[in-house]
Formats: sequence, structure tokens, C-alpha cells
Amino acid sequence: MRFIIRRAGFFLLTLWAALSLNFFLPRIMPGNPINNIISKLHNVTQAQELAIERSLGINNKAGIWQQYLTYVSNTAQGKLGLSIGNGGEPVSELIKQALPWTLGLIGITTILAFIIGTAIGAIAAWRRGSRLDSALPPLFVFTTAIPFFWVGMMLILIFSSILGFLPSYGAYALGTTPSFSLAFIGQVLEYAILPALTLLITSIGGWVLTMRNTMVTTLTEDYVRMARAKGLPSSKIMVGYAARNAILPNLTGFAMSLGFVVSGAILVEYVFNYPGLGNMLLSAVNNVDYPLMQGLFLIITICVLIAILLSDIATAILDPRTRTGG
Amino acid sequence: MAIPITTTGLPQPAEGISGTRRRSTPHRITKAIRTNRKATIGVFLMAVFIFVALFPGLLAHQDPNAITNHVFAHPSAAHWLGTDNLGRDVYAQVIDGTRNVLILALAVGLLTTVVAMLIGVAAAYLGGVWDSVLNFVTDVLLVIPIFPLLIIIAAYLPNAGNNVLILVLAFTGWSYTARQLRSQAQSLRNRDYLLAARVRGERPRYIIVVEILPVMTSLLLASFLNNALYAVLAGSGLQFIGIGNGNNVSWGTTLYWAQQNNALGSGLYVWAIVPGACIALMGAAFAFINYAFDEIGNPALRPLTAAKARKAAQSSTKRRLGSYGARAR
Repeated sequence: MRFIIRRAGFFLLTLWAALSLNFFLPRIMPGNPINNIISKLHNVTQAQELAIERSLGINNKAGIWQQYLTYVSNTAQGKLGLSIGNGGEPVSELIKQALPWTLGLIGITTILAFIIGTAIGAIAAWRRGSRLDSALPPLFVFTTAIPFFWVGMMLILIFSSILGFLPSYGAYALGTTPSFSLAFIGQVLEYAILPALTLLITSIGGWVLTMRNTMVTTLTEDYVRMARAKGLPSSKIMVGYAARNAILPNLTGFAMSLGFVVSGAILVEYVFNYPGLGNMLLSAVNNVDYPLMQGLFLIITICVLIAILLSDIATAILDPRTRTGG
Repeated sequence: MAIPITTTGLPQPAEGISGTRRRSTPHRITKAIRTNRKATIGVFLMAVFIFVALFPGLLAHQDPNAITNHVFAHPSAAHWLGTDNLGRDVYAQVIDGTRNVLILALAVGLLTTVVAMLIGVAAAYLGGVWDSVLNFVTDVLLVIPIFPLLIIIAAYLPNAGNNVLILVLAFTGWSYTARQLRSQAQSLRNRDYLLAARVRGERPRYIIVVEILPVMTSLLLASFLNNALYAVLAGSGLQFIGIGNGNNVSWGTTLYWAQQNNALGSGLYVWAIVPGACIALMGAAFAFINYAFDEIGNPALRPLTAAKARKAAQSSTKRRLGSYGARAR
């Protein structure tokens, strides 16, 4: 429990660091965000300029620390400002629309990739030296090196452009209104096949390789030999003895690889024009919509931190050593 | 942000100190490349890319930036991979882009590893408050999603060229390597020979450069390769979404134009296939070399030969002995 509390404390500090990055980045970068925005619009009046400054949380009259404190307290209350594009809607409202799509697509695929990859890695290590084990590592070393977006483009090429039986654009057909009907859910699933497949193909390799390489080592441990000597069934040894211990580095690796998942998610959403956070971030960048950019960066960071905290809790449950301090 | 797949991060016994027979290093390296299939593939691919990057003029005779009226051409004898929306030759762009991607990979790989080394080794060696502060910064950078951060930084730096991209990638991507190097340096810290150096009154800088760094070579090399792979993927990803200078000839930029002009929807398939395949192959070259180094350093990971596998399958006791045998070699 103390371990989890310590981690949660660290995450609060990290969140503060992300907030500070959000605040200070536009101020240390060359160029002025307000001028960037004004140059994109036409005929900006004095009042509009003031409104833009306000929406960015920039108040040239107050000192920089005053501005910083205002920014932090506003953000803590969930006030993320108004978007510059999108008809000036509140940033929090826009994020609320995009978040479920990203969580649904990326969250489910990441968990699937973790489970499938770990299982394949465990089987490869268990059948050490078989044809399967000699073919899998090179294959997955290769898949970890393929760019996400290109896999997406190739899947679009094969399944949409050439074969023409899977949609490659958006999360549901244009003109339909989202509802909880069976037909709509089926449509969403159909539209999610290609983006999900892209993420699976490129992210599974890391799990397979880490799992295989750790399990190869745990299989030579004394407790595995002991289990064999006791005459336990193979499946029990493989899952309960070797895999259960080998999975720990994979869980810790989860934290490291989330960055990889996020970058993949952004690129995949872009390629498939999926209405999630990543795609919204890129359009915010194109529209020099700084408040939306900052809000999205914050929400993506929060999602990643929560995911890491969950993997920490899973580690604490599986590995008693982390619970007793150390 | 490649998933770290190496196991070199674990504290290892100092290599080369306890080794019994030592052949000359070049000899050992060429032997490793010849015998390990992954190393052979990786080194071969890398050699091809280096050749193309050094002598693009031997392979392509057209100017990759020459704008012509011959737009959206399908592959032909004049344009092997067709032309893009401005009539530029895609083949010339792919050949010419090799140099940019390779420079990006090598520069980011090197710079990231150097930054990580300075921070990781300093944290481990100085200890105390320094360790806590550097460790906190490393941990924060480790969990903050870097790719969106890169996108946002790039948004504040419109039209940034290759050099800016290299700097930004290197100064945001060092955390994982720094973590690994710190833990290795920490395990080295209390070795007797370092204690001896300290007792002799050597300065910290001397101890770090002469006594600690040589031992870390294999981990540094693995980090360099991992970071180079990361640079290829992250850099191309950023170029693909249109960040940075759109006139910079690079594989990611070529793909950006292919996507913008709906190459997949209009039958211009090779325009989208070839640059992406090049990124994948260069990434694979780094990944294969890295994985091969990992296998060479950790014999337990090596693929078993068919004969050994049959022997290993006979009984669990023999399997145990077999793996010992493999490790002892």
C-alpha cells in the first residue's frame, strides 16, 4: 500500500511538471503565440486580441508568477479555456467528445496486445528451440521496427483500396448519428478493425520479445525444476511457475512502452481520421489552437499516468516484494 | 519510442575483466557478424543504406526537388517510382532522403546516449541530493508522453529543419537510457578498483572517464542502437504528420505528401509503399544489430540448434545441463 501511495505522490508531481511545461513552453519558445494566431485570422480588433490573450491565460499586466498561479488553479478546477477553432467551444467539452473514442480503441487494443503478446512469448520460451521459437524472435524484431502509420497505410491499401471490404476513414459512416443501437455498435466495430489491427501488429512484438527473453531465464530457475520433480502437469508449471514470474518485467515495461503506444495511437488516428484525442491534437496544431493543444497534452498525460498506476497496482498484487518496501 | 527489448539493462559483471581468452576486438566482431544471422542481416542492410547515403549520385540522376509538369505519374522507365503532386521524381526523393534519415538516426542516437550517459553516470557517481534531483527529472521524462510533447514543441517552432529535430529528439529521449546507465554505474560504484582509484586520490572526472566508461561500452552501444531506431521511427512519424520543414527531402516527408494527395485512393501505390518500406528496413537494421548484440552478450537468449534442442528435450535434468553448457562456452 505504501508503494502505491508513493507512486501516486510521484504522479502528482509529474502532473505538476506537465502543467509547468504547458505553461512555460510557449513563453520560452521563439515567436509569440498571440501573433501566430492573429496572423492566421483577419482584421483582429483590439477587443478580440484581448479575448485571445485571455483565452490563453496570458495577462501581460500581471507578473509571470501571478499568471502561473492563475493557470494552475484554473486547470485544477477543470477550466481549460476556450478553443480558438471549433467555434470557440470550451476545451473540456471537445475533449469529452474525443476521449471515449481513444479510450475505446487504444485502451482495448493495448490490453489485447499485452495479453496476446505475453502469451505468444510464454509459449515461444516454453518450446525453446522449436521451429516456432526460432522463427518468432526475428519476425517480431522486425515488426517493432515498422512505422505505425505505414502499417496503417498498407492495411488501407490491401483491405480498402484493393479488396474494398473494410472502411478506412473515421469511426462510423458519415451521416449516421451515434446511438446505442445494435446496428451502430456493429458499425463502430467494423470501422475499428483496421486501426486496431495496425496497433496490434506493431505493438505486439515488444511484449513477445520481453516475455520470451525473461521466461527463458525463469525456466532455468530451481523452483521450476522442483515443480517438474514433483510431477506437476506441464501446463501448471508453464503458467503458474514460469510465466507468473516472467510477467513482472513485462508489467514494469508497460510503463515504458506507453509512450510508444501513445505515439502509435496519434499516428494511427491520423491515418484513419479517427475522431480521438490524437487526431484532435494534430488538427489543433494545424489551427494554432494553443488552448486545445495544452488541454489535450494534459489529458493524454493524465491517461498515461492512470494506466501506469494500474500496472503498478498489478505488479504489487503479483509481486509481494514490492509490497514490503524495498 | 521503441519498446525496450534489450536485457542489457540488468547489472552485468564487468566484461573483459574476468574473460579468460581474449582475441583481438575486430576479429571477435567480424566473427559475431558472420555467425549470428540477425547480425548478418542487420549489418548488410546498414551497409546498403550507408552506401546510398554516401553516393546518391550513383543511383539517381534526377534532382529530387525539380518541379515538372509531369504530375501524379505512374511508375515508368523515366520515373521508376512515378512522380508526386509537383511532378518531382519519387525514386530520386527516396534515394536522396536516405542521407537525411541516416544522419537523423546517427546524430540522435549519439547525442541521446551522450546526454543519458552524462546524467546517468553523474547521478550514480555523485549520489546524495544530485542523485535525487537527476533521478526525479529522469522519472518524470520517463512517464510523460514524449510524442505529444514533441508535436507541441514543434508547433511552437514552425518550419524547423533537420538540426532542430535532432536536438529536440535527443533532449527529450534520453530518460530510459539514463535510467539503465545509472543502475549499471551504481552497481559498479563500490567495486574495489574504483575504491582504489579514489584512495589514490584521482579526481572524479578521471574516475568516470577512465575507470567507469570503458566497462559500460556494451550497454552504451546497445543504447546507441536503440536510440537510433527510436529516432528513425519518431522522426519519420513527425515528418509524416507534416511537422518540420516540408521541403526537407526525407522518407517521412515523401509519405506526408503521398498521404496528403491520397496516393492510396488514386492508385499511386508505390509512392506510399517504397518510402515506408525504407523506414521499416532501416529500423530493422538497427533493431537486428541490437538484438544480435544482446544475444552475443547473453548466451541464454541464443536460438538453440536443432541437435541441441533434441538433446534438451530428452529430460529436464539434461535440459538444465544443456543450458549451463551453452552459458559456459
